[in-house]
Amino acid sequence: MAIAFTLNGKSTTVEAPPEMPLLWVLRDELDLKGTKFGCGRSFCGACTVHVNGEPERSCRMPVSRAEGKEITTIEGLSEDGAHPVQVAWQEIDVPQCGYCQAGQIMSASALLAGNPQPTDGDIDEAMSGNICRCATYGRIRAAIHHAAKLAQAPPTSHETATGAGGSEA
Amino acid sequence: MNAVDKTGNLSRRGFLHVTALAGGGMLIGARFSLDGARGAAAATAGADAALNAFIRLTPDGIATIMAQNPEIGQGVKTMLPMLIAEELDIPWSQVRVEQADFDSTKYRGQMAGGSMATPMHYQSMRRVGAAARAMLVAAAAKQWKTDPEKCTTEAGVVHFKKKSLSYGELATAAAEIEPPNPRTVPLKDPADFRIIGQEIPGVDNPKIVTGEPLFGIDVTVPGMKYAVFEKCRVHGGKVKTANLDAVKASPGVTDAFVVDATAQAESAAASFSMFQVAPPNGIAIVGDSWWLVNEARSKLEVTWDEGPTASQSTAAFDRQAEELSMQAPERDLRNDGDAAGALASAAKTLEAAYQYPFLAHAPLEPQNTTAHFHHGGLEMWAPIQTPQFARGDLAKTLGIPEDQITIHLTRMGGGFGRRLYWDYMLEAALIARQAGVPVKLVWTREDDTRFDFFRPGGYHYLKGGLDDSGNLVAWRDHFVSFGEGPRFAPSAEMAPNEFPQAFVPNFALQASKMPLGIPTGALRAPTSNAISFVVQSFIDELAAEAGKDPLQFRLDLLDAAPDGMRPAFDAKRMKAVLELVRDKSGWGTADLPEGTGQGVAFHFSHRGYFAEVVQATVSKEGELGVDRIWVAGDVGRQLVNPSNAVNQVQGAALDGLAQALDQEITFEGGRTKESNFHNFKLLRIDQAPPVEVHWVMSDNQPTGLGEPALPPVPPALCNAIFAVTGKRIRSLPIAKHDLSWT
Ligand code: FES
Ligand code: FES
Repeated sequence: MAIAFTLNGKSTTVEAPPEMPLLWVLRDELDLKGTKFGCGRSFCGACTVHVNGEPERSCRMPVSRAEGKEITTIEGLSEDGAHPVQVAWQEIDVPQCGYCQAGQIMSASALLAGNPQPTDGDIDEAMSGNICRCATYGRIRAAIHHAAKLAQAPPTSHETATGAGGSEA
Repeated sequence: MNAVDKTGNLSRRGFLHVTALAGGGMLIGARFSLDGARGAAAATAGADAALNAFIRLTPDGIATIMAQNPEIGQGVKTMLPMLIAEELDIPWSQVRVEQADFDSTKYRGQMAGGSMATPMHYQSMRRVGAAARAMLVAAAAKQWKTDPEKCTTEAGVVHFKKKSLSYGELATAAAEIEPPNPRTVPLKDPADFRIIGQEIPGVDNPKIVTGEPLFGIDVTVPGMKYAVFEKCRVHGGKVKTANLDAVKASPGVTDAFVVDATAQAESAAASFSMFQVAPPNGIAIVGDSWWLVNEARSKLEVTWDEGPTASQSTAAFDRQAEELSMQAPERDLRNDGDAAGALASAAKTLEAAYQYPFLAHAPLEPQNTTAHFHHGGLEMWAPIQTPQFARGDLAKTLGIPEDQITIHLTRMGGGFGRRLYWDYMLEAALIARQAGVPVKLVWTREDDTRFDFFRPGGYHYLKGGLDDSGNLVAWRDHFVSFGEGPRFAPSAEMAPNEFPQAFVPNFALQASKMPLGIPTGALRAPTSNAISFVVQSFIDELAAEAGKDPLQFRLDLLDAAPDGMRPAFDAKRMKAVLELVRDKSGWGTADLPEGTGQGVAFHFSHRGYFAEVVQATVSKEGELGVDRIWVAGDVGRQLVNPSNAVNQVQGAALDGLAQALDQEITFEGGRTKESNFHNFKLLRIDQAPPVEVHWVMSDNQPTGLGEPALPPVPPALCNAIFAVTGKRIRSLPIAKHDLSWT
């Protein structure tokens, strides 16, 4: 069955069984590996994407439900990693293993889109579906507050933020 | 590369080695004979004996440093290159880091485990950088016709009087220089460090936050098929019959077959490494889409030979342990003084039975491997903590020479000890060989939870004796654990010198075992993660019985080592972290509301000293909230990367909290009952308290941080619960207990 949706701003059509979860369509049919498989049962949030701007667990969303929707994955959150949440995550040095972080960033960016100044309580509520097995929770909280500040500041302040260099060549 | 190739004698078996790059620049590495790389000793005993690195310095002044060790989230991919860059004396902004493949001819100790990377490599990595720097200095001095001793370096530039040359300009000439003996090359004074001790963000962060492929599960190979592997739910069970034809007819499935390596693996098993795995037996389903092949599992109808483990259950273990506790112990692990006599004559005695459950590792990335047989060899992409052991054992099981197996190291979505074991690699290899195509095997979360090398449960029957001034004079622990024959099951043992051994004059540690049949293994801070709960909880009970403050009771005990006893750790260092955590947590002085209390515990493991206070609030109805954790740690004189150090310690402390609160693996009919995160519960953000981390910078060699902050948390939390409710938690997880109080 052919299913058409907008993926990271581009119109996309896939041939897939309608009940195949969006997660596996993204990862294995469209080769977008940023969205992660952790549990397959909406317990962990590793597979979080935006569907019309709302966070959704793609492991439990049949691809047929994507028809006509706007889907954003971690790869499409920004052109170049400059979304305030992506910048804040690097400035606070959040990741340990990093496996959960795409899902965390997608949930955090959806939270900030609707609530630009979240309290710790708001963060707990919005983020409690995202497990971090390495338990980087303190830094996730700090990075969300930091991203909230970055999003308000003039854009130049993001650009100083790519960390201290040394990325993989 | 051209023909210039200079070697400097490095050690008996390894050579520092420099090559000029064809396009200009130099390549520095170490070479080892393959022979010397075999066996467990090479990875663990090598500490400072071998040098292993790889630097590519190009005329643009960029140093590309190979990160040699597997990255599981412990930060080693950033940390080891920092050590090299420091002594090379190059700004971090001119450093690029690449993940090395597993290669025992170039690297030593390519392993993630035991918090070993810092102690093993702290000096040797620095020496590589210092040797490279010395060659650049020599090249500059030659050009200036001066003495290298008179030249200095700073931030990637060599200076002599008013002259200067950048490393980029020197890189090609330096390739002509004889490498110095790295064992005698001078290292920097720590006061001059510019990179070590700085907060350097993880080198993969830019890729992680943009979702670039990095992990084993992200690997794609041309022509690859996907696979799942269905095993008997009873540990050790085997396939008798299966409806393979029906499964093969399922959409997306190209092949389905039985894999049985029982025979090969059993004959090879005698010479396996310590990370031995059981021979795979099960049904592989292979096809064009992982989701489709996994869906096809629901069509499987299999009759299994369940084997002897089918009669094992958690309830039966509990029963047997209690029976064993009433019998004479199977053996003595340690006897100091006369524990029985001292208990009989003690002014006060206390008795308690403690128990902790089996646990799963549950790394967030499920197990996976991509395997491809081609050109007579096997190429693998695998998240593996122990590539060296895995390769050796795989070669024996598969019957192919070790040097025909290539292992590409991928970043791992967590390890925690699970990926010390290479069962999923063997499964992938066997499936790929039988399918005749490259295969990517991915486990489900259910596979991952059920088929773990579990942290074994255990039982401790304790007696303690106090004299009439409340001093601990006798300690007896009958430890009931698992194992067959003379051996404990992996990670089911206990060190005979665990605290309070050597701090109490009469000490007896005894053990009994029961057979298990279920795989067990190392979980972050192995044995310590369980033993600390038992020891530091019972110490708390004894302090209460003695009518003493629990923290002061511990300080006094650490002072009490009888003459002639040699404790497993330095009591002064432990006292220092206890005093620090006392001061930082406001122990005994904070004005806490009703229902809120503090508990303390300390533990020595992986060469690290950690004392921790947990503050918890328990409502009268029994609802538990953890307010804050204070950690005081001593891992020597230098934190290589303080940002990562704090992240590791906070993660380890919260890992301990998750274990204590609500984690348990149970068995029935030889099967694991838990299957996914709804019944094996990981910590969530709304349960995660702030973790304050403080350091004692003692003048000792730097040691590792991945593990030692974990063990004190479960007992400190249970002790806090006691402080509020008067209830002792003698079995984990806490969620099984009613905490209500009046
Ligand atoms: S993989 Fe979707 S919630 Fe875990
Ligand atoms: S960083 Fe490892 S799971 Fe979150």
